[in-house]
Amino acid sequence: MKILVGYKRVVDYNVRIQVKADGMGVVTDGVKLSANPFDDIALEEALRLREKGLAEEVVVVTIGSADLTAHLRNGLAMGANRAIHVQTGDAVSPLTAARVFLKLAEKEQPGLFILGKQAIDDDANQTGQMLAALWDRPQATFASKVELTDGKAVVTREVDSGLETIEADLPAVITTDLRLNEPRFIKLPDIMKAKSKPIEVIELATLGVDAANHVTTTHYAAPAKRSKGAMVKDAAELVAALKQKGLL
Amino acid sequence: MSKVLVIAEHLDGKLNASTARAVSAAVAVKPEVIDVVVLSDAPEVVAAEAAKIVGVSKVLTVARVENAHALAAILAPQIAKLAAGYTHVFAPSTTFGKDVAPRVAALLGVSQVSDVMSVEAARRFTRPIYAGNAIVTVEADASSVVVATIRTASWPAAASTGAAAVEAVAIDVALPTHTRFVGLQQGKSDRPDLQSASKVVSGGRGVGSKENFEIIYKFADRIGAAVGASRAAVDAGYVPNEMQVGQTGKIIAPELYMAIGISGAIQHLTGIKDAGTIVAINKDAEAPIFEVADLGLVGDLFKILPELEQAL
Repeated sequence: MKILVGYKRVVDYNVRIQVKADGMGVVTDGVKLSANPFDDIALEEALRLREKGLAEEVVVVTIGSADLTAHLRNGLAMGANRAIHVQTGDAVSPLTAARVFLKLAEKEQPGLFILGKQAIDDDANQTGQMLAALWDRPQATFASKVELTDGKAVVTREVDSGLETIEADLPAVITTDLRLNEPRFIKLPDIMKAKSKPIEVIELATLGVDAANHVTTTHYAAPAKRSKGAMVKDAAELVAALKQKGLL
Repeated sequence: MSKVLVIAEHLDGKLNASTARAVSAAVAVKPEVIDVVVLSDAPEVVAAEAAKIVGVSKVLTVARVENAHALAAILAPQIAKLAAGYTHVFAPSTTFGKDVAPRVAALLGVSQVSDVMSVEAARRFTRPIYAGNAIVTVEADASSVVVATIRTASWPAAASTGAAAVEAVAIDVALPTHTRFVGLQQGKSDRPDLQSASKVVSGGRGVGSKENFEIIYKFADRIGAAVGASRAAVDAGYVPNEMQVGQTGKIIAPELYMAIGISGAIQHLTGIKDAGTIVAINKDAEAPIFEVADLGLVGDLFKILPELEQAL
């Protein structure tokens, strides 16, 4: 079985982002970029399934600008067999990403598509579900445990009320939650090895993907700031302050 | 004019409070019609509850044995078919809504608007990105159906003094069999629900152990609060994951939020930004939580919590 892994590059999760003064975006020039944390978890899970002998090949896939090569090399150094880079200079919405992934699913015929549950830049939490819908295959979102047996995935999902387990026939789309695994660190020899692994480049324009999205972002703003609070010196003063506000 | 379809969330024959919050957002669209759809194997009780939500025109029930469990792959084709008569499809931005709504949007060939914070016009909304560190305004094309999830912390629950009609509908669509429900392990708690509680007490890494968390539970019970936790406390195994508050956990807006032994990483602050009053208790005076706290107290939580109880 082959596993395709969505591997997006985003502003690093530790960066406090700034909204541009003209309201047309956020500042990304000179800001540290790294793999979306949920995608690292997706790749780690795919690698573990391969190490258990449940998959033969793990392919990392990204969509975006020409400078994503180094990002894909990271995924290859972590252990992916090869990479696919769908190139475009345009911003990519979850719907467009899902349509691109569908083309790749048709071409590569994977048994599993593993994506992060959300990208920490747009916080959309849509791409995996959309891919599953377009592909007409099962989805197992927010996965915290994955078991593969006899052409089926048994997945434990983190839902608001607790932990839900579902069974999905393969091929399927799984999206990862934080507690699925702890992604491995990349070792220096693996970085050297990754240099010789193949990266296939496909121009998005050649895939024949419908570009219509029907939703446009028109403005960016900084969130309303909370006013600076006060420090209290002890428990009695805290209780008095909360009672005064009518909260206790 | 607009017609909004709200997807009801329910479990064990009970309507989830997030549904009434999604109705509030639907009201802000100023539509002609707000219909709520209940998909279930036995929708009657839930539908009767939904019919009481003020603002609802009609409750539609889709009774099918396949709808016994909320599986997105089963529900989405039915909702997509029903959506034909509507301009908007809203679902709460809970794990249920986040699972099913994008699948509906893709079937309709439109992008989804995730986590609607405000309705600026019938097709213009604001939503958070980058863990709430930026707010974007998005606009949906005039011709397409708007599929959106509603950030429950941003909307009050509509009152439940109404009396809408309930109507059973049949949706003729073939359903897949490739996805099956196996089981649900629910977190058991007699405390108020984290997402709708007016007071929340949360513990973090500073609490130190699963056993020590008792002190948090005890204090929360004393003031009638729900209990939450930071990711660090969940990852350390002090509490189950459904208690996590933050970008990747629950986003809440209680009147009072008390962060105890929580440093206040960006991802945690995302989950509490809209809380009425934030109280921080931490031994590190430099902890980022104090930057957003309305009231801060520096000190050892194991000393302060008993003192607080005494002061009450």
